[in-house]
Amino acid sequence: MAIPFSYSFRNLWTRRLTTILTASGMALVVFVFAAVLMFADGFQKTLVDTGSYDNVIVSRKGSGAEMQSYVLYSDASLIESYPEIAVGVNGTKLLTKESVVLINLLKKDSKKSSNIIIRGITENSLALRPQLTIVAGRMARPGTNEVIVGNGIANQFQNCEINNVLHFAVRDWVVVGIFDAGNTGFSSEIWGDVHQVMPAFRRMVYSSLTFRLQDAGTFVALKARIESDPRLTLEAKREVKYYQEQSEDMAKFVRILGMTITIIFSLGAIIGAMITMYAAVANRTNEIGTLRAIGFRRRNILAAFLMESLLLGFVGGCIGLIFASFMQNLTVSTFMSFQSFSTLAFKFQLSAKIVLESLIFSSLMGLVGGFLPAIRASRMNIVDALRAI
Amino acid sequence: MMNDPIVEIRNIKKSYQRGSYVIPVLQDINLDIKNGEFMALMGPSGSGKSTLLNLIAGIDKADSGTIRIEDTEITTMSETELALWRASHVGFIFQFYNLIPVLTAYENVELPLHVTSLPRRAWRTHVEMALRIVNLTHRADHYPNQLSGGEQQRVAIARALVTDPTILVADEPTGDLDRTSAEEILDLLERLNAESKMTIIMVTHDPRAAGKAHIISHLDKGILYNADTQAAP
Ligand SMILES: Nc1ncnc2c1ncn2[C@@H]1O[C@H](COP(=O)(O)OP(=O)(O)OP(=O)(O)O)[C@@H](O)[C@H]1O
Ligand SMILES: [Mg+2]
Repeated sequence: MAIPFSYSFRNLWTRRLTTILTASGMALVVFVFAAVLMFADGFQKTLVDTGSYDNVIVSRKGSGAEMQSYVLYSDASLIESYPEIAVGVNGTKLLTKESVVLINLLKKDSKKSSNIIIRGITENSLALRPQLTIVAGRMARPGTNEVIVGNGIANQFQNCEINNVLHFAVRDWVVVGIFDAGNTGFSSEIWGDVHQVMPAFRRMVYSSLTFRLQDAGTFVALKARIESDPRLTLEAKREVKYYQEQSEDMAKFVRILGMTITIIFSLGAIIGAMITMYAAVANRTNEIGTLRAIGFRRRNILAAFLMESLLLGFVGGCIGLIFASFMQNLTVSTFMSFQSFSTLAFKFQLSAKIVLESLIFSSLMGLVGGFLPAIRASRMNIVDALRAI
Repeated sequence: MMNDPIVEIRNIKKSYQRGSYVIPVLQDINLDIKNGEFMALMGPSGSGKSTLLNLIAGIDKADSGTIRIEDTEITTMSETELALWRASHVGFIFQFYNLIPVLTAYENVELPLHVTSLPRRAWRTHVEMALRIVNLTHRADHYPNQLSGGEQQRVAIARALVTDPTILVADEPTGDLDRTSAEEILDLLERLNAESKMTIIMVTHDPRAAGKAHIISHLDKGILYNADTQAAP
């Protein structure tokens, strides 16, 4: 009942130069579209991967970022006594009381500075983050001014290599190791003994507690217990969820900004498609008359031209995605959140979902651009169309 | 049955509005065309030949009057009904062939079948049969721009035949062809009429083309003059 698909396809192929040029305009938009999503996804995935499912993080109620949270010594001791917490190989509770502070470090190349998180850690910090390994040098010894640096920032900032001395909080700190925490936020941090870091920064409170549950199923009850205890103004979250929430504001900001830009750009691409399709309709006026005479209906003509412009958009989407795929696994650094502006290194992630969304988006651009020309084609009077040569 | 009119035109009027004034094109046309007839329509340029042919073929609307084809009144049909009716009842042949450039000869011939209710499995035999009639089976996979004008017109004739239509309408089918190719096309039309009893209505300027028809009608300034019957075949 319909005009065959090959009709639409081959018409695009016949004028391939115009098709490629028009599709390239759309490809550019799709590239930006996909890149923004890849950025937001990569960013988010990095933060989410920072957490482990059976780890629980306890922070100040409503504190948002870890940077704004504080946990009193007394509260920390109370929580440490909970029996649900797993026991580590060294016989102590698998719990760490950590303190995070921001320092400003100079970048190697640009000489600009950026905020970096210093995390005061305890002996169990490593055991709680199995994704973290020392890749060069060694672990910092407790009770010393030794620090280890995440490989996400080690080669970007000055004095971050092994045996370099960092100067902050009116002290010198010796870099003794580089650690790799995979694709997580930890890779963009510097770690040192919490009992050195806290006095150096004159902090009297921890930022957060992280512990492993013996049984992940006890989380809900434990959370209720912590949050309903009138002595505590703390909240407990699964680590995964905690970091996901950390990433949401920034990812949302990037997405909204990106989408706004893409939508504005897409108007240009849509107009491009519209011009191409108007030209196609004008060139094929006689052909449209012939198809109608043969018995095809207005809606068949409409569908054939819409199909053609949709296909045009689809081609643009494919080209755009090819370029976007070159950015896959490209590592970039940006600030992590508006609360801390600390640096986070992460990779662009091209997921099946982004591929699908990009193709739908570009096909839609084609469809919208082709809509008016297709309407014009379908509105033609048969005899007038046949008279056109 | 054979001598019943297959096309019955009564009191057809048609005019075009150009700006503020009206151009009368056809004035009170009456015409009967018998089943199996081969009729030529002649007349000076602008006399309304194409307009009349378009009305018979159901791609244009008259201002008043009726056209019945095979006892179906097409003048009262809706646009959608007309499209369906054309698909199975009218074969079109145009001066400039009007093949779809991106489709092969085979696909061009197959195109009208998309609109008919013929089951898809029967399409191949129909297309092959039509191509055999115009003797172009060996060029089935060629695109229009790989064919000569005469060959393109033969493909167009195959496309017009494939649905086994009630009437063939041809608007100057040889107007764009050299003499040999024109001769070939006319012989083909003549053969279709003689062997398959196909009713053909052909607009032409060319007296030689008209000579192949049984009946020649003349249009002048929108008035149809009595058909001259040629020597019976
Ligand atoms: N869409 C239209 N708008 C206005 N006038 C039209 C239109 N179509 C046809 N006409 C006029 O109607 C008259 C008849 O046109 P038609 O095409 O039927 O002539 P014809 O006999 O086929 O001529 P030719 O031999 O040149 O093809 C002409 O004067 C033409 O200008
Ligand atoms: Mg004409």
